[in-house]
Amino acid sequence: MASGFKITPEHIALMKDVLIEHVPHAKALGMTVVNAAPDEAWLAVPYDEKLVGNPETGVIHGGVITSLLDNACGIAVQLALPERMSIATLDLRIDYMKPATPKLDLVAHTHCYKVTTNIAFVRGTAYHTDEADPIATCVGTFMLAANRTMPMPMTPEAAAEALAMLAQKKDGAA
Amino acid sequence: MSAETKSPDIDALMQAIPYARFLGISIDQRGNEITTVLHFSQKLIGNPVLPALHGGVIGAFLETTAIAQLAFEFAGGELPKPIGLTIDYLRSGRPVDTYGRAEITKQGRRVATVRAEAWQDDRARPIAAAHGHFLLKAADEPADR
Repeated sequence: MASGFKITPEHIALMKDVLIEHVPHAKALGMTVVNAAPDEAWLAVPYDEKLVGNPETGVIHGGVITSLLDNACGIAVQLALPERMSIATLDLRIDYMKPATPKLDLVAHTHCYKVTTNIAFVRGTAYHTDEADPIATCVGTFMLAANRTMPMPMTPEAAAEALAMLAQKKDGAA
Repeated sequence: MSAETKSPDIDALMQAIPYARFLGISIDQRGNEITTVLHFSQKLIGNPVLPALHGGVIGAFLETTAIAQLAFEFAGGELPKPIGLTIDYLRSGRPVDTYGRAEITKQGRRVATVRAEAWQDDRARPIAAAHGHFLLKAADEPADR
């Protein structure tokens, strides 16, 4: 869905608000949206002692990488959809290439490379500073319009603001 | 912890892992059966509207369930390292406690294949299932022999 409209810092700030601030687990991990583009997202989790999986080495638990990649995949899907809708992870495969380095922040870059009527396909990479030196890679599929509730997660104010901004950007690009 | 103990204390091992404590995972150990318990807390929520558990939390819980089973079967060894994990999300995770069981499908010398399942009220209605490969020895060990 290369829609052509440019993602602005306002969009990113908005996504941080709408897609991260209302996700308790993302907040608990200190997750942030670093950057975004149509179909793509970059998210980060700062190093924290409480996320360690191996107390002897100080290496972050693989589960943190799973949460980061899952969340980043979900946002990439949202950025590939023509309108906001609820999505649900169908499956996610994670391959661990090497342990994370203690004290370093984690970054995930995800790309939603195909959207069909019902399913979105995503892949992603988790790394510290160099995407060519991955800690883990993933591939996942998401079900679209997964339930009848409002698209998650939002307050009515945030929803109205997001929709107005997106509509304005689309008009601007058309 | 003794390396030779027939029934290692997997809960003690889990509580030594900061991330397992952060998520709120404990072990219910009955003889040779290991059930992991993910105690619900607000910070595990991924979708506050439904509400539902974060998919990453469910993945992390299944990975921890697999590691707990491996740690039980290979008592005294190093914690196994995940090589790859595939998670199928079957139902949304409601805001209640979640339970997990894992089974070692195949145990090689260096790699074990594990299946894990998570459920809430009804074990016949799992919320997620995973299968993964785990490295049983240190990664820097010579790959051959």
